[in-house]
Amino acid sequence: MSATAVEVHDLRIELVGRDVDVVDEISLEIRPGEVLGLVGESGSGKTTVGMALLGHVRRGGRVGGGAVMIDGNDLAHLDNAGLRKLRGGTVAYIPQDPGTSLNPALRLRVQLREMLDAHAGTTTEAERDARLRQSLEEVALPSDDTFLARYPHQLSGGQQQRVAIAMAFACRPNVIVCDEPTTGLDVTTQARVLQTVRGLCQSHQVAALYVSHDLAVVAELADRVAVMYAGRIVEAGTRDQLFGAARHPYTRRLLRAVPDLEGKRAVVGIPGFAPLPGRRPEWCFFEPRCPLATDVCRSAFPPAFEFEPGHRARCYHADQAPREVPVEGATAVSVAHEPELALAIRGLDAHYGSRATLFGIDLDVHRHECLALVGESGSGKTTLARCVAGLHKDYTGAVMLRDEVLPPAARSRSDAARQQIQYVFQNPYASLNPRRTVGQTIARQLELFFPGRRDMGERVGECLERVALSASAAAAYPDELSGGERQRVAIARALAAEPAVMVCDEITSALDVSVQAAIIDLLRELRTSMGLSLLFITHNLALIRTIADRVAVMTEGRIVELGPTAQVLEHPSAPYTQQLLANTPSIAAVG
Amino acid sequence: MSDQTVDTAVNLGLEAAVEPVPGGAVLQRRPWLGILRNALRLGRTKIGVAIVALIIVIAVFGPLAAPHSPTEFVAVPNSGPSGDAIFGADALGRDVFSRFLHGGLSVLWMAAAATLIGVGVGVGVGLVAAYSRNWLDDVLMRTSDVVLAFPQIILALLAVSAIGPKLWLIVLVVGVSHMPRVARVMRGAAQEVVERDFVKAAEAVGEKRSRIVFGELLPNVTSPLLVELGLRMTYSIGLVAAVSFLGFGLQPPAADWGLMIYENRLSITVQTWSVLLPVLAIGLLTVGTNLITDGIARAAIGIDRTSAR
Repeated sequence: MSATAVEVHDLRIELVGRDVDVVDEISLEIRPGEVLGLVGESGSGKTTVGMALLGHVRRGGRVGGGAVMIDGNDLAHLDNAGLRKLRGGTVAYIPQDPGTSLNPALRLRVQLREMLDAHAGTTTEAERDARLRQSLEEVALPSDDTFLARYPHQLSGGQQQRVAIAMAFACRPNVIVCDEPTTGLDVTTQARVLQTVRGLCQSHQVAALYVSHDLAVVAELADRVAVMYAGRIVEAGTRDQLFGAARHPYTRRLLRAVPDLEGKRAVVGIPGFAPLPGRRPEWCFFEPRCPLATDVCRSAFPPAFEFEPGHRARCYHADQAPREVPVEGATAVSVAHEPELALAIRGLDAHYGSRATLFGIDLDVHRHECLALVGESGSGKTTLARCVAGLHKDYTGAVMLRDEVLPPAARSRSDAARQQIQYVFQNPYASLNPRRTVGQTIARQLELFFPGRRDMGERVGECLERVALSASAAAAYPDELSGGERQRVAIARALAAEPAVMVCDEITSALDVSVQAAIIDLLRELRTSMGLSLLFITHNLALIRTIADRVAVMTEGRIVELGPTAQVLEHPSAPYTQQLLANTPSIAAVG
Repeated sequence: MSDQTVDTAVNLGLEAAVEPVPGGAVLQRRPWLGILRNALRLGRTKIGVAIVALIIVIAVFGPLAAPHSPTEFVAVPNSGPSGDAIFGADALGRDVFSRFLHGGLSVLWMAAAATLIGVGVGVGVGLVAAYSRNWLDDVLMRTSDVVLAFPQIILALLAVSAIGPKLWLIVLVVGVSHMPRVARVMRGAAQEVVERDFVKAAEAVGEKRSRIVFGELLPNVTSPLLVELGLRMTYSIGLVAAVSFLGFGLQPPAADWGLMIYENRLSITVQTWSVLLPVLAIGLLTVGTNLITDGIARAAIGIDRTSAR
């Protein structure tokens, strides 16, 4: 076995027919048993690089230069049959969403056998069966016949992902590519999956490329980290170098954008946007957004400067970056108010058909307060939010706006009640009508709640400016906007009603961390300027530190802990909260 | 307009999160306009439009250009082409060409009206059913199923033989017989849209049901709607012509393509033109509308794939 399992030299992947690179000048190497974290925001090209290790280029693209060497073999020299043999055999892949990558019509045994049949060569039936069971045991899943007879939909998300991992490791690959395998999972499950991946990589001496947007996860798992920005690796180093002493301004800003359990500092977003292929400048791609930019940055794309062995950054000012990246973190708002009730939930039980999902929920949201509702998927937090908003009417108990008990269905509530409670959805890609312009969407909200008022155009502009969008955005359709911009529009729509309570259902979970930080910042500002109460629903414990006054922790339809944010995070009393905190990955754990 | 579009796009930095689509996604202001524009770039649509335009010109301006009155006897019955009657005379001695030029308008307007009724009602029923998701959905769709159980032509003949050969009745019955077919397609298309969050957002702020159905859902199902319009038009032409052929449409001595085929069918071996002309016209018209529909459907697939998520 050679010293490095994976070597990538100056890889360039470009769009067919256009002289535009998607990624370029990608060089990295991974030794057996090592985990390399490849970090970047959406569109940075990290998945493209991950796929290149499998000898795969997405349709419309092609390898324009450089080489990918797996165990010393150049993938460019392999034909289709060679690539097929390589994939799954030498290089295995763990996909992002096991729910779609497992065949729903096949039982687990058949599913796992397919892999072994394709790659295990001339082994006997009994050997394969043994290997199959062993691979399941390795990921801490049962390996008995009843389990093997199950279909993927009979497993939980975490189990499905572990089956995918078992499949990846079943043929004893030398290299494994993980494409955000824990993105859809709860922290508890995520912690277990990460542990499994790390353990297997070490015990089988597998070189792993772990592609992720989540810096905290990478901090927990990776030995070395490479940061991608706009199709280039801008910084690479060991985990400690990167999280302890990042050199590139982008990396540093990215780290500042990650919410953290320990730190009380506010998260800070990165203004501006990563340039798309074809629109990238001829010099440093980060220059337009960089606080350190000078004339030299506009001369050419910076070469890699090495600081310590293995720690490289592509920035002319990398030596000064540690000293000054001027970001002024807003201090957490803690305006003292007499607790005055804005929203109350009393003895709320909710059902889906005959299945009960919420049990005796009592919760108060005070005026000007941000109450965070934390829980894993299936805890009932979204159901609770929908009960509040009148979107889930199958409940008993009371939702009260100040002292008025509201009817369950939004349609039977008064206009005033509907105006006072506004709901912002998780996915901004679905919550805006794609056939209406941003302006039309917001104008409709204004028309509904403040009919008969004039100067609509101006007021739409004001609403947009309130969420830091330009008034000219009114003419855009949602699909012309980025995810962060769409979520701002959704918030602007909610705020247009001038509500007293805004219910935010996981509103940042579909967004990149730098965008998430900006949205959180915005919410905090709006709270003070508009005197808003927030019911902020999230699965991300680290996030609430920077925004919430109080936290309610939910599991299995019950609130198990409720208290001021600092107290809950530092001295959790409920065992469930303690476990949740222990499983939350953190970059502060490094160094 | 398009310059401005690109401009806003750049200002907003819209390129942030999306992966590039090779060739570039077209930004569609009004999706149905974009579909029509793209459809017109396809050869089949161009041919279809040319055919349909030709038939429409014949049907609309034909009566002005006709050398004779459609009811005037000009030659010996079933005589062949001559200087006075270039396509000869029909079974009663009337000028075939003049009758042909006069006979198109009725088919066209009846088919168009029936299509509008059928698609209009069908869209309403389909969207309301998709949005209601309760007993109303069942009632509407099962009622549609009952209508669907009868072949369209039987339904038309049943109504006409019960009430009499009235043109409005034919239009109405053909339209109504289209309704369940359109409703099914629209319901299917809208069901996926109903589940999206922007519909829930509209409910949360108390939008009226009618506004949700026609303001939120309808703009998101324009491509199947366009395809249905074309498809139902094709069927309407065939049905209306068939009803006339069976003698329940326009009554003699009026000129009508369907009726012409009926009147002259026995003498087809002697005087081919009197049958061939209307047959060709009806055939071409359905082929033309079908080509247009096909073009629209193809264009809609391309557009729905790139935008409208």
